[in-house]
Amino acid sequence: MSVRLYLNSVGKSFTMHLQGGTVIPVVEKVEFSVNEGECVVLGGPSGAGKSSILKMIYGNYRCDEGQILVTIGNDIVNIAGAEPRQILKLRDDTIGYVSQFLRTIPRVSAEEVVAEPLIAQGSSESEGIETARALLARLNVPERLWTLPPATFSGGEQQRVNIARGFIAHYPILLLDEPTASLDAANRAVVVRLVEEKKEQGVAMVGILHDQDVREEIADRIIDVTGFAADAAA
Amino acid sequence: MSVFMSEEPLLQVHNVTRYYGDRIGCSNVSFDLFPGEVLAIVGESGSGKTTLLNCLSTRLAPTAGAIEYRMRDGSMRNLYQLTEAERRLLMRTDWGFVHQNAADGLRMNVSAGANVGERLMAVGDRHYGNIRATADDWLGRVEIDSDRIDDDPRSFSGGMRQRLQIARNLVTRPRLVFMDEPTGGLDVSVQARLLDLLRRLVADLGLSVVIVTHDLAVARLLSHRIMVMRQGNVIESGLTDQVLDDPREPYTQLLVSSILQV
Repeated sequence: MSVRLYLNSVGKSFTMHLQGGTVIPVVEKVEFSVNEGECVVLGGPSGAGKSSILKMIYGNYRCDEGQILVTIGNDIVNIAGAEPRQILKLRDDTIGYVSQFLRTIPRVSAEEVVAEPLIAQGSSESEGIETARALLARLNVPERLWTLPPATFSGGEQQRVNIARGFIAHYPILLLDEPTASLDAANRAVVVRLVEEKKEQGVAMVGILHDQDVREEIADRIIDVTGFAADAAA
Repeated sequence: MSVFMSEEPLLQVHNVTRYYGDRIGCSNVSFDLFPGEVLAIVGESGSGKTTLLNCLSTRLAPTAGAIEYRMRDGSMRNLYQLTEAERRLLMRTDWGFVHQNAADGLRMNVSAGANVGERLMAVGDRHYGNIRATADDWLGRVEIDSDRIDDDPRSFSGGMRQRLQIARNLVTRPRLVFMDEPTGGLDVSVQARLLDLLRRLVADLGLSVVIVTHDLAVARLLSHRIMVMRQGNVIESGLTDQVLDDPREPYTQLLVSSILQV
């Protein structure tokens, strides 16, 4: 099994200049790796830094210390020191992010929102839309909504649109930020199945999952993030 | 978005500085812009963003520094060492400039079709039928009905004028477009439509864009990279969502925290 992702002594803190420069330490010396076809779940109470770790891997938060190394073929890229252009390229073809919240764009239909990452990877528009529709159907999004912009959808519908968008493309690394929160049992089962399919394709995954049942079903390993607490190590 | 594969910058900005007398307009600004990349310059009024935009677009000579641009033949040329004829040709063909006030970028007393066609004639197109057909096609792309082609822009709403200005700029297939607050002064619903249109056109045409805005939501929607300016200096820059979600500088934190949540 080859390593796809390796966090080497990663540390992060926030300096709140509007609150008199208060420094909020988040995590320190985060160290773990993820193999292909493996799903690692980050555990620990809220506020422990699970989301921050996920966001650093995606390049959404800056990584103050350490390295976040991604293996692409024979190359290794350090996300912590990458140029914006490199990070955007990685987000197109290497790292996907399934989040709870959909950032809606005016006038873009649900099926276009879902198809976009696949089209960015080189699929034709018709192929993208076709795959998007299949995924929306699997996630029980009513067909009459597919051609409408998701801004007016219910919370659960928007979430499922975003899950479809996260799973549609072929990323070697996938980050799961509570993909099953507030889903009903039937849709949770669909997400579990989608994760299993990604594993079979050799995708390396890091997830945050508060849902105990889902966690037990898909986690190959659970890493307790409280072990990386910045103040504990001090 | 294979545009990020390109390794050669389209525009290289080295230490651009502009003084107004002894007042600083902008100071020591350096960056590279790559093909297909959208760069947002944000900051409050008076921060120097429009001064910088005017320096980049050769509308205002910098006091110091150099700006290089990759011409269509692949050579890098210093913009302020071009001949006047070369500079004008560049501005008419390879560049666009979208003004906040559409009236500044349009000819208000000629028809919509002529506003679009004029740029084509400037690059040597002479066939009336072709020019009119291309103008009509571009009006369609910016969602202006064909039956308005002979009306002049004075009869257009603010949002329509802005869309017409965009068509006029894009008809010559420029590689680099400068935009100065393109959604400023428009109703939110009109803004949303314009933003979506811009987003699609920029992606479809693979345009490089430098956009000045004080609206962080516009920057987030349109740009890949962001530069935050304050008192003439670039105080923070990087990937757009990283700067907006994890701002580091006190001023950027203040800007981000000042947005009203709806």
